[in-house]
Amino acid sequence: MTDLLVADHIHKKYGNYTALNDLSITVPKGSIFGLLGPNGAGKTTLIRIINQITMPDTGTVFLDGEPLDQKHIINIGYMPEERGLYKSMKVGEQVIYLARLKGLTKAEAKERSTYWFERLGMMSWWNKKIQELSKGQAQKVQFIVTVLHRPKLLIFDEPFSGFDPINASLIKDEILKLREEGATILFSTHRMESVEQMCDHIALMHKSNKILDGRLVDIKRAYRTNTFEIGLETANDSLSGLQLLQTEVLNSIPSNWEMHEAHFKTINENDLKIQVKIPEDLKPNELLNFLAAKGTINHFVEVVPTVNDIFIQTINAN
Amino acid sequence: MGALGLIIRREYRARVSNRSFIIMTFLSPLIVVGMIMLITYLTQLNQAGKQTIVVVDESAMFYKEFENTESIDYLDLSPAGLEVAKTEVEKNNYFGLLYIPENVKKNTSGVIFFGNEAPGISTLESIEEQIQTKITNEKLLDRGVDLDLIDEAKTLVSINIEDFQGERTSKISSWIKAGFGGGAGYLLMMFIIIYGNMVMRSVIEEKTNRIIEVIISSVKPFKLMMGKIMGTTLAGITQFMIWLIIGGGLLTFLTLYLGLDATAPNTPVGNMATTDLDKIELIVLDILNLPLLKLAGFFLVYFIGGYFLYSSIYAAIGAAVDSETDTQQFMLPIIMPLMLAIYVGFFAVIENPDGSVATIFSMIPLTSPIVMLMRIPFGVPWWQLALSVSILVASFIFTVWFGSKIYRVGILMYGKKPTYKEILKWIKY
Repeated sequence: MTDLLVADHIHKKYGNYTALNDLSITVPKGSIFGLLGPNGAGKTTLIRIINQITMPDTGTVFLDGEPLDQKHIINIGYMPEERGLYKSMKVGEQVIYLARLKGLTKAEAKERSTYWFERLGMMSWWNKKIQELSKGQAQKVQFIVTVLHRPKLLIFDEPFSGFDPINASLIKDEILKLREEGATILFSTHRMESVEQMCDHIALMHKSNKILDGRLVDIKRAYRTNTFEIGLETANDSLSGLQLLQTEVLNSIPSNWEMHEAHFKTINENDLKIQVKIPEDLKPNELLNFLAAKGTINHFVEVVPTVNDIFIQTINAN
Repeated sequence: MGALGLIIRREYRARVSNRSFIIMTFLSPLIVVGMIMLITYLTQLNQAGKQTIVVVDESAMFYKEFENTESIDYLDLSPAGLEVAKTEVEKNNYFGLLYIPENVKKNTSGVIFFGNEAPGISTLESIEEQIQTKITNEKLLDRGVDLDLIDEAKTLVSINIEDFQGERTSKISSWIKAGFGGGAGYLLMMFIIIYGNMVMRSVIEEKTNRIIEVIISSVKPFKLMMGKIMGTTLAGITQFMIWLIIGGGLLTFLTLYLGLDATAPNTPVGNMATTDLDKIELIVLDILNLPLLKLAGFFLVYFIGGYFLYSSIYAAIGAAVDSETDTQQFMLPIIMPLMLAIYVGFFAVIENPDGSVATIFSMIPLTSPIVMLMRIPFGVPWWQLALSVSILVASFIFTVWFGSKIYRVGILMYGKKPTYKEILKWIKY
């Protein structure tokens, strides 16, 4: 797999403030790339540089192997975090105007917008003004504006903010479909659950620096802690049975295993719910063997670090 | 169509399809005509009440002389004597009492007007003139002079003014020129303010709508700014053209209605125009003899030049702020030179169109559009026009460059109201 977008040692300063410090990212073709970071980390600056809205002080951005140039604007679709359309312009007219600014001809723009409006069931909005639409409806129009010219690279800044759950999942499906059709997607967010569901690659930015990047599975593997969540049934599902079992486990557990209380739902009322972290060289089977001797296991799951955990952990470490 | 063309077209459409544009275009000529009619009506209303002036003429020379006019009735109470007449005036609430003493022929200072309110200047002058003429004639007669001889000898002179290109002017046409020049200058100022504000508002709109980021990911900010300015200019020109057609139509109608020959050389104005119709004819002829096409042509040139100059500043201001209320502090540098130009125009140009003040201000780019327009009806040498336009073009190229620097940075800045110092810093970004 080749790389669609390469940002190579980007520096950007605003006066005395460094917005990006020697930042490099590589976005493989056909991937969904999550750009994460707290507010003010420099995500928007980076996105603006990729969109040629601002120029880097030093460093180069390559799209498909070529240094970024004015002609590449048709290859990029950008949906900014702060959505915006002309309020008093008609929806259809506006979509065509923005598509033509990207370089489509009038006929192409007309044909493709009709296609998209039909696909998302929005044909009746064509002659309405944006100000007559709801916020979620306007966002759908904005989505069409972003993808209409079939760009190779789609950039979404906080794509799901402002959508209700139904439309958010609709847009999510559309994004995944676009990826299947060959587009590469870069999105910037601090909503971790969407990253978890969609991204193949992530890069974590903090205070103008990139502090972590790579394939999501690799990162997760690197951050796994050999911790498991366990549920054990107690005798007669009673409170006294629970106390008995708790003492027994506590007394017999090896001293280099860390045990905590855990919180999750099971169908019984008095299950023993614990989280156990075993040394890295141990296999989960050993934990299972230990537990099987104590009672019936009804819940056993590895605690994989969420992107959220990794995010907070790395940022605190920096 | 290139991106610039698309932007120009969108901006033009957005302006022209705006309801206020349509209303402004067709309503404001009506408003202007209406205002003129209202002012004329009010002036007449002011004079309408008929006043009665009681005359007590002890010299017995005048009571037959005073002729009733449209606004004044003279009532002769000379036989009753001054005191009785005074009470009569008060009783009947007459406007005033004119007392002429017996020895007025020798000492005119004894003439007194009694009244609660001072009479209008024109009334006073007409009374004075009648007394003066009467006494002068009496004195001439006393010395045996034949009054008919004097009437015959009287000559009226009206000087015709002509420049070296053979354009004739006269006193009244001087005023018409000042009116047209002043009107054009004033109109230009209004155009710059109105259309400059449109550009500014549209920049702020794009900024607050946040569409700006979508657009400048497709086109360069400079192109967007230029497209915006040019589209709005075209809207302004459209409006001006509509007014020109309406005005031209009106003028043609008047010409045909009055049966005037526009190509005839200027008739010497100043032969007392006896009827109102004659006066209107003379005025229309004078207007027709103005360099109207030249004025309209240069109006366009200076509108475009002056407008580009100012609207790039307006665009930069719009980019620098978040909302229209924040623009106030930056308005002064725009309004000041415009006001200055209007004042210079009304005081210096009309007084002396070729004076050094008028000439200098018609060269300075921030004031030249207005001042030069005011000078054009009086005739301006071609080299001055050429120089003024070149300076204007050079400076609008500069301000467009300067404005676009601020614009480029400003459109992406949100949240805080910048100071002049910060804005200057943006130019270096």
